[in-house]
Amino acid sequence: MDELRNRAKELLESNTVQLIIGFEQGNGNKTRAVFIEKPENTSKLIFDSRCVQNLAVYLTKNEVKRKGKPAIVAPVPVLRSIIQLAAENQLTYASLVILGITPESKLVEFSTLEDIETYLDNFTLELEAKEKEILEKIDKMSPEERWKFWINELSPCFKCYACRAACPLCYCTRCTVDDNQPQWIPVPSHELGNLEWHIMRAMHLAGRCTDCGACADACPIAIPLNLLTKKMREDMKGQFGEVKASLKGGNMMSTFKPDDKENFIL
Amino acid sequence: MSIDKHLVRKASLEKLFAVLKLQGKTMYAPLLRNGKISYEITGNFADVTIEFIQTTQSAKVAAFPRTEKLFNYTKDKEGVSVKDFDPNSIPETVVWGVHPCDAGGISPLSAIFNWDYKDNLYNTRLERITVIGFSCNKADEYCFCTSVGGNPGGVAGNDILFTKLGDSSDYLAEIVTDKGKALVNAAPELFEAAQDVEKEKYLADVPNRFNREDIKGKMEAFFESEVWAEQSMRCLGCGACAYVCPTCACFDIQDEIHGKNGMRVRCWDSCGFSMFTMHTSGHNPRDIQSQRWRQRLMHKFSYMPDRLSVYGCTGCGRCSRACPVDMNILEHLISMQEIKK
Repeated sequence: MDELRNRAKELLESNTVQLIIGFEQGNGNKTRAVFIEKPENTSKLIFDSRCVQNLAVYLTKNEVKRKGKPAIVAPVPVLRSIIQLAAENQLTYASLVILGITPESKLVEFSTLEDIETYLDNFTLELEAKEKEILEKIDKMSPEERWKFWINELSPCFKCYACRAACPLCYCTRCTVDDNQPQWIPVPSHELGNLEWHIMRAMHLAGRCTDCGACADACPIAIPLNLLTKKMREDMKGQFGEVKASLKGGNMMSTFKPDDKENFIL
Repeated sequence: MSIDKHLVRKASLEKLFAVLKLQGKTMYAPLLRNGKISYEITGNFADVTIEFIQTTQSAKVAAFPRTEKLFNYTKDKEGVSVKDFDPNSIPETVVWGVHPCDAGGISPLSAIFNWDYKDNLYNTRLERITVIGFSCNKADEYCFCTSVGGNPGGVAGNDILFTKLGDSSDYLAEIVTDKGKALVNAAPELFEAAQDVEKEKYLADVPNRFNREDIKGKMEAFFESEVWAEQSMRCLGCGACAYVCPTCACFDIQDEIHGKNGMRVRCWDSCGFSMFTMHTSGHNPRDIQSQRWRQRLMHKFSYMPDRLSVYGCTGCGRCSRACPVDMNILEHLISMQEIKK
């Protein structure tokens, strides 16, 4: 912790960055994002297992950008998002300082984005046993049962869009659901409107989602929405091999390669 | 009217629920799903949860559904024909198991829906709703009803208010309105003669945390303060706070079009969304999140008391509990008291 605080303080004092994006103690047992501009406030910084919000979501926000160059506290899920954002030309190595945090809560810094990519190769994304179990259960359902399952899960959605707001990769300044001329997705949070919203959200994340779980964590009514993105990752793995954030090679679903399998096209 | 008091046994609650259901009333009650509680329509008392500090969603959904039809229309050679939604199709409804901070949300909601235009749909739904409340016997660090004019045993907005008498399985029933009386008359045998009870003894302790008139003054005086940006830097700009709030009433009007037929609907909306104030010109008077956060608090603590003579916050704490990034309204209101610049 001291290591992180000292480094953050040094970065602000030397004016290398103007802002630290990290975690502080929140209300009760909660932790939360903190934005530090003064070196003396770096003592607020904490990092522990409760710090799970994906802070990369703030890197593309105008309010944050206006503060100057940021340093961001970045455990593995945040590092993955940073690579994906860089691959999508939303940031460069020079635009921020990355205070990497190892799973042992040690500070780790990188001299290039490629170094981060190499570092991330140490951590493969595997489904947890429980996730695997539920995805297999859904797979085994008949189309009617699966339809019923999703209608039931998605029907309480009231479209607060916390899932969208918490996702570092939902950085569009205007989302498809906000377009009304023409309207692509029904705005009301009825059965069809909810279903179309969640399918659209998942499809827009196909090949891009880094499986940080921020969407499901943010949902105030605990809809297991990351099951959709997890399932997509699994399907893509089967079709195209490993799915990971990558600086080169583009996004899986928007890239064509001559040796791509085509047997799904009738 | 004076409030009649009765004693109701725990086992009688289920009987009362069944009687109301048999009368054909639509029953909204707190149901547990994925570890969260919200008010949904149910016919099954066994599914109903009563032991909670607060539900995730408020009971406003019964009077102000998240989506409601205003009219259908059809286009043909002759022109357009419009068929208004018939308010007579709104069923008699019971909202079961609300806490006083939810029932207290009815007054600000009604003020908004009757500000100048009298909203027939909202008013009809409310007319047909009977509210069966339960006093709070426990509270948590998010609760602050007593700071905003409420209290854990407040009768306002309820038609009948039950207060659990300690560990006994008895409830005190306060019959607050004529609608409440009508329910008693539907099953008079369940409402026994009340013993003399000291209700306050059984209520949760919710300490008074701030003076809302002071906060109102501070907010107005410090409209341009940096405090709004400091508080809201981490706000993600979602609508979770507004959608769980018992008094937030903003809506959007949308058309659902299917070929030559269509339907106009009213859907919940939130001042936290960046699109909420976007003009067709592309100009957005609330361009950044701090302005939207300020709007949310100012609306509840300044604009509503000024224009509608009612505050827009009942201290239920739902917004703070639901916020994915720990935006805590109580913390921010208390910090307002100390604000100097």
